[in-house]
Amino acid sequence: MISPVHAWVLTRFRGNINIYMGNEPVSRSLASQNLLLRGATLKNTEYIYGVAIYTGMETKMALNYQSKSQKRSAVEKSMNAYLVVYLCILISKAVINTALKYVWQSDPNKDEPWYNEKTETERQRHILIRAFTDFLAFMVLFNYIIPVSMYVTVEMQKFLGSYFMMWDDEMFDEELGERAVVNTSDLNEELGQVEYVFTDKTGTLTENNMEFIECCVDGNVYVPHVICNGQVMPGAAGIDMIDTSPGPDAREHEELFFRALCLCHTVQVKEEETVDGIKHGIHQGKSSSFYISSSPDEVALVEGMKRLGFTYLRLRDGQMEILNREDEIERFELLEVLTFDSVRRRMSVIVRSSTGELYLFCKGADSSIFPRVISGKVEQVKARVEHNAVEGLRTLCVAYRPLSAEQYGQVCHLLTRAKLEFQDQDKLVAEAYDLIERDLILLGATAVEDRLQDKAADTIESLHKAGMKVWVLTGDKMETAAATCYASKLFRRSTQILELTTKRTEEQSLHDVLFELSRTVLRHYGGMPRDTSSGLSSEYTDYGLIIDGATLSAVMRPSQEESNSGNYKEIFLEICRNCSAVLCCRMAPLQKAQIVKMIKASKEHPITLAIGDGANDVSMILEAHVGIGIMGKEGRQAVRNSDYAIPKFKHLKKMLLVHGHYYYIRISELVQYFFYKNVCFIFPQFLYQFFCGFSQQPLYDTAYLTLYNISFTSLPILLYSLMEQHINIDILKKEPSLYRDITKNSLLTWPIFTYWTVLGIYDAIVMFFGAYFLFDNTTFTSNGQ
Amino acid sequence: MGKAKDKSGPLARRPDNSAFKQQRLPAWSPILTANTVLPFFYLLALICMLLGVWLLLTVQSTQEIKLDYTELGNCDQCFQLRKNVSYAAQTCSCKVEFSIDRAFKGDVFFYYGLKNFHQNLRRYMDSRDDEQTLGRKTKLKNPSSYCEPFAKDVEGVPIAPCGAVANSMFNDSFTLTYHPSRSRTIPVPLLRKGLTWYTDKNVKFRNPKTDNLTLAAAFEGTRQPLYWQKPVYDLDPHDPTNSGFINEDLIIWMREAAFPNFKKLYGILNRADASFTKGLPKGNYTIDISYNFPVQYFQGRKEVVLTTLTWFGGQNYFLPIAYLVTSSLILLMAVVLTLAWWKFGKDGKNMKE
Repeated sequence: MISPVHAWVLTRFRGNINIYMGNEPVSRSLASQNLLLRGATLKNTEYIYGVAIYTGMETKMALNYQSKSQKRSAVEKSMNAYLVVYLCILISKAVINTALKYVWQSDPNKDEPWYNEKTETERQRHILIRAFTDFLAFMVLFNYIIPVSMYVTVEMQKFLGSYFMMWDDEMFDEELGERAVVNTSDLNEELGQVEYVFTDKTGTLTENNMEFIECCVDGNVYVPHVICNGQVMPGAAGIDMIDTSPGPDAREHEELFFRALCLCHTVQVKEEETVDGIKHGIHQGKSSSFYISSSPDEVALVEGMKRLGFTYLRLRDGQMEILNREDEIERFELLEVLTFDSVRRRMSVIVRSSTGELYLFCKGADSSIFPRVISGKVEQVKARVEHNAVEGLRTLCVAYRPLSAEQYGQVCHLLTRAKLEFQDQDKLVAEAYDLIERDLILLGATAVEDRLQDKAADTIESLHKAGMKVWVLTGDKMETAAATCYASKLFRRSTQILELTTKRTEEQSLHDVLFELSRTVLRHYGGMPRDTSSGLSSEYTDYGLIIDGATLSAVMRPSQEESNSGNYKEIFLEICRNCSAVLCCRMAPLQKAQIVKMIKASKEHPITLAIGDGANDVSMILEAHVGIGIMGKEGRQAVRNSDYAIPKFKHLKKMLLVHGHYYYIRISELVQYFFYKNVCFIFPQFLYQFFCGFSQQPLYDTAYLTLYNISFTSLPILLYSLMEQHINIDILKKEPSLYRDITKNSLLTWPIFTYWTVLGIYDAIVMFFGAYFLFDNTTFTSNGQ
Repeated sequence: MGKAKDKSGPLARRPDNSAFKQQRLPAWSPILTANTVLPFFYLLALICMLLGVWLLLTVQSTQEIKLDYTELGNCDQCFQLRKNVSYAAQTCSCKVEFSIDRAFKGDVFFYYGLKNFHQNLRRYMDSRDDEQTLGRKTKLKNPSSYCEPFAKDVEGVPIAPCGAVANSMFNDSFTLTYHPSRSRTIPVPLLRKGLTWYTDKNVKFRNPKTDNLTLAAAFEGTRQPLYWQKPVYDLDPHDPTNSGFINEDLIIWMREAAFPNFKKLYGILNRADASFTKGLPKGNYTIDISYNFPVQYFQGRKEVVLTTLTWFGGQNYFLPIAYLVTSSLILLMAVVLTLAWWKFGKDGKNMKE
């Protein structure tokens, strides 16, 4: 019997299973490590027994189903508003004509001239009924003013137009062999309207291609030689000792450090050719095998270790095998794995070496390791870690703790007790982990680089110039993320960074920090109107905001204690509005969506775009107006849920600046033209009523009335709206500021709409009276007919 | 779309590198500068002016004379007479005189015109049966309900041609006479055939099949429209090909005018006659009018129009004037723009116009 809790949180799962062997039910607890997610592959065993859970309406798909709403573009919304206006025009036209008809008919000689007598039944009809039928007749007469075929044409334009995006050679990635994918053609023009870009960092801005850069043991830095073809350099030659003279003690630490990294992970070795997930070829002379892991960092670390001489071979019968520098195979018995979780931000393994010694190796984020360290060269390592973090490297600290047999017994006891508990199991397990992972001895730190994607900086710069605000939402730590932001030119040297982090809020209250920041920002912008500030922002200092997940949730949380806390959100939004770039670090996936939602709901209702590659970005992608998936390494979850998918982040530039611009221009012209042409078409009809005694005589032949909308006028404009390029592609790419011209739905504002309508009426009058005077009482043919 | 990878090579999904698919078709994006726009303006003004002058000359070569005879001369009596319906059957004729100062050269067309007569009322326009006038036997005896209340008379006899349009057919007739001198009179011969559109005469209007009977027999069992003085088969007693539904006066009347003021062709000067080979010579003329059509109920006017035509049609100054006005406006704009360019924009800074 399984009692699941929190069906929507994938990272947590708790349950109990009662196994009936005979009559006695044996109760076993279940946790997330017992849960096989979709796509899991079976290893090291022939078969397992399993229970399918979260089926039917409990599947993630079904649970998420309701929250996904139909995305509609701003153009469509304004189109609907215009339709209402035209409906009003239609009705008023009909009413005016009906009224005028009865004014005109007040003279009986006009109502019923001798040449046009009415039948008896017509004469007896009640005046109200007659008026109503006249009204309806006028409605029928003028109904062509509503561009019914517009929707068809617009849909066709969008559908056909989206092919240009798929066909775009510049958005083809040779490495992946992928081109842009359009999942929704409804939102093409929305690409030209984006004001906020929310981007994921890992895999989106960066390659998600981890490379081991260096490690630091007790302050000594080791850098493996960059190996292009994946060949392992033999022995210690691969190690570049920057800091010389490692004493015997250090030597021991060093060996321990490398072993720790080789042991403390959850990497699997796959010796086949085809694998899902992450592939990394290593050559061991005889057969090629791959390291696969859920986390690319771990793969990078293990590979880095291999380059430093310690090769992790395989896990066999609970024994981890390591090939050390002297080509000897060391065996460690894997006793416990204290798995990684995002709260602890560390993981540990307990192993027994072949000599019988027990070790606990712990690897985790610096913030979670340092407080637990009792000895080791903390200062040097800390300095190095910070240095690396500023460089934009992802850092991990490694520590160990020798365990006596007695201590190990305690550990086992703690763990089994905690794991059997059903109520508050997570809490107990966490407490147990907390007890176990202490009194650590610091060994060193590692640095892994996640390289920026090709042209990411250029893209971000263009987006900035185009007037978009770029937000980076990441789960990484602040320093790493900030370094990436600097590297990608999200923050420039001149950018003044505002920090809204836990560190600061610990010192002051959140309230004070918020107010101080808003004062800083508003003082600067106070003097000038908003639009000039956005237009000339480069001349002034621009602000970058860094906020972390904890503070963000504090800002978002409506707290009851303080009365003025409700406007925290407002103040925060105000600050954000004045910052050209915002970095949100330490974010949970759900928080990403929350942020998008908050911006979406702010008072200007800006158009948002979210771009990401992983499953943790899906919520954000679904929430934003336009969701873009990157065909990255973390599966195709994001691609499948997105509206558009592109192979690389750099393609976003062309997508927004060129395609978005074109689509917006095209569709807005299309929409305006449709309204224009129908006014132009029907207004003469209205004028004609003044000449034919308001008798609903149509001016046009029925065939013409029908075909006007279907073919005469919709096909040319459709072609135009597919091909129009008012500005050359290259210019659009070179001058991102052109994008500002079309933001805020600027081509479909009321003045422009009115202009088109007035133009339509003017043209209608010219055509009608032109024809009227041209044919007025003259013959237009030479034979007098 | 969901397929991860195409197995046939990494570049298999590469899009075609064609100009169309890459949106690289040649595009014309003109940059408007003073050097391109101003000559264009002047050129446009010139073209419009030339067209306007040419059309003006063409139109001026036509001649037209209009005579509103509603109450003119002794037609006044007839006008008074027609005010009363009870005298509808009484004939009334009158005569109007006019003179031509310059000879009308070429073909001369004779029109009658009506003012304030709404042939374009929807019910009026629909009040006809095209199938009947097409000669369909079934419809002849059983006219469409659109013709109501002019479909059948009080006894239930079907009317041919039915409907308000046919019923209200214009029934004044004119005879034009030329007076070369005080004593001599020459009747001006008018062609009363060949006035209609080919399709009207030969396709849209046909008499019911006669089967070697007289036309009158074909129309047996129907009666003439209430306001008519003679039956439809008797409209032109001298020419059976111009009688019945294919009578040209009927056809012209049945082609409804779009506006309440209109004119319809009555006849064309027959230039076979020795006196009129070159058109209408100058001098005095009279028109004898059989005055039947009542217009006072709807404050209407009646007129006759004599005109010559060019390839461009009759005497209508609208288009030449429109061209000349447009031309001068463009010229004015061009001059203003030139001045602005001269004064402010020669350095090319402010030339975004």
